[in-house]
Amino acid sequence: MFAQAGIPVPREAVAQTQFAAKTIAQELGLPVVIKAQVLVGGRGKAGGIKRVARIEDVQPVAAEILGMNIKGLKVEKVLVSECVDIKSEFYVGITIDRGARQPVLIASAAGGVEIEEVARTSPEKIHRCTIDPLLGLVPFQARNIGMRLCQEAKLAQQFTAIAQKLYRLFIERDCSLVEINPLVLNADGNLLALDAKVNFDDNALFRHPENEALRDLNSEEPIEIEAKKAGLSYIKLSGNVGCVVNGAGLAMATMDLIKRFGGEPANFLDVGGSSSPDKMALALRIILSDPNVRAILVNIFGGITRCDDIAQGIILARQQADIKTPLVVRLVGTNADQAKEILATTPILWADTMSQAVKMAVAKAREAR
Amino acid sequence: MSILIDENTRVIVQGITGRDGTFHTRMMRNYGTKVVAGVTPGKGGQEIEGVPVYNSVAEAVQATGADTSIIFVPAGFAYDALLEAILARVQLVVCVTEGVPTLDAVRAIVVARSHGVRIVGPNCPGIISPGKAKVGIMPATAFKRGCVGVVSRSGTLTYEIAANTNEFGQTTVIGIGGDPVIGTNFIDCLKMFQDDPETRAIVLVGEIGGSDEENAAQYVRQYVTKPVFGFIAGQTAPPDKRMGHAGAIISSGSGTAIEKIKAFQSAGIEVIYEPEELNQKLRARL
Repeated sequence: MFAQAGIPVPREAVAQTQFAAKTIAQELGLPVVIKAQVLVGGRGKAGGIKRVARIEDVQPVAAEILGMNIKGLKVEKVLVSECVDIKSEFYVGITIDRGARQPVLIASAAGGVEIEEVARTSPEKIHRCTIDPLLGLVPFQARNIGMRLCQEAKLAQQFTAIAQKLYRLFIERDCSLVEINPLVLNADGNLLALDAKVNFDDNALFRHPENEALRDLNSEEPIEIEAKKAGLSYIKLSGNVGCVVNGAGLAMATMDLIKRFGGEPANFLDVGGSSSPDKMALALRIILSDPNVRAILVNIFGGITRCDDIAQGIILARQQADIKTPLVVRLVGTNADQAKEILATTPILWADTMSQAVKMAVAKAREAR
Repeated sequence: MSILIDENTRVIVQGITGRDGTFHTRMMRNYGTKVVAGVTPGKGGQEIEGVPVYNSVAEAVQATGADTSIIFVPAGFAYDALLEAILARVQLVVCVTEGVPTLDAVRAIVVARSHGVRIVGPNCPGIISPGKAKVGIMPATAFKRGCVGVVSRSGTLTYEIAANTNEFGQTTVIGIGGDPVIGTNFIDCLKMFQDDPETRAIVLVGEIGGSDEENAAQYVRQYVTKPVFGFIAGQTAPPDKRMGHAGAIISSGSGTAIEKIKAFQSAGIEVIYEPEELNQKLRARL
């Protein structure tokens, strides 16, 4: 993607097997660098990046990296690159500055390490400028940062060209983050992107079908994917009180209250705005698939979400499976009275307020343990 | 008084012929809001819920003198709808639409600023000045006219919090939206509540991510003389997967619930941990 954008990169190719890695290394000439291709940061620290000088070492090193697990992700591919003679390393990235409500170009002379680290330890090494989205990244802005970074006009010019291409990539693909880390100065006096990262704006995926193909579903929790498909937003946690809530803010507040009253939330789950009984039933199924869950708390403040839909969903879930886990329910707002009628004969525990509901669910989870 | 909207606010609904647009037009009218026009390109001349529909916002403004617009169009069309409202010179645009691409919001906000138009949202429940008008999707029963100003990044949590201030009621409740880039932030609302003589206390409902709460805390310390209460959601939330790691550099050391709570406390904002404490805490200060 970065090469396509016209950003200079080392010669390199992706291998899925140790044998392919060797063939690529032969074509590039030794030494080469072999890097794990996984969708997380911190690969270098985890041992997922290795320099290889002899052709006979390529296969074993590639095999070793290919079998690795980095932050829970299995390495399926490696990138084999020509070895670049590095004189210095920089960081350059573009993201959205939420406070300024504009894109921001960030650069640092401390390349190769994680930028959060630099921000913590030596914030003075970080240069930034916000970008007017109607003007784009104007050459002088990039040049000024380039000068501060490289102290040399010729390099600053190279930096400007790279930063502008990076900005174009950021805009054209609707990114939330693009970064080159490290951007290196090689022995020939040229700047080269040695490693890069890009995050896309989830909200803009609908106009970038090409990004969907880049998605590695193996790196996402299968149950979280299933939830997402149904329009639920679910994140598994390690506690034992499952919760179904409408709205992300209320869902977080419910989790916080579980913790405050001595329990541990098993998940974050937002059933979303316009709920249907099917969605609610799926939400309960997802939570029940977590073996740690000892009690379930349903906390709904009906607005667009109708409480009768939620009630029908509970009935539906009980028809689909024999639910033994205690269910604490608190429903207020749109059609709450109807919901209570629907659930009149269902064995659930009713609560009137959020605090009461949370206390009951925490107590039930404790009893069941 | 109330802020942003009142009984004289004249509202256009963009996307009035859609399911949500039609439903909430009815709900807003039932509440007493002056919904004077709807806009759906190609459907001009119709009437929805007793409201005349126009093909463009400019026509609707000209015909009805509307000063506020609320947007219900799908995410892919929200940018166009925002620009249309801004260029038709309404004063306030409330964008309910969820899932608007961040860069679209960024561009629309720049244009809005240069035209002196306020955007609230995107991805927000809207605004309600209880007893006067509602330009949004919140259930009316959660609110009551009174003296507390509420501003929140959330939807349903806003209703929960507001319902727990009902001993005192609210002047205006604003949901500013949960997206990373939004048109109106906490400080904008704090300013208006501080200047509003009827508002006697302010409740800020924040959540993890970004540094709007920290900025708000600083503002409160310097300029706000009314009692301010703060609630932060997400103390037990895992790091947001969507937040790229250059996001962390922008907030450098801020963005977690703990830091926001600390910022609140050091600015003299009384932190609320349980929504149900609010009435009682208000009683102690008012």
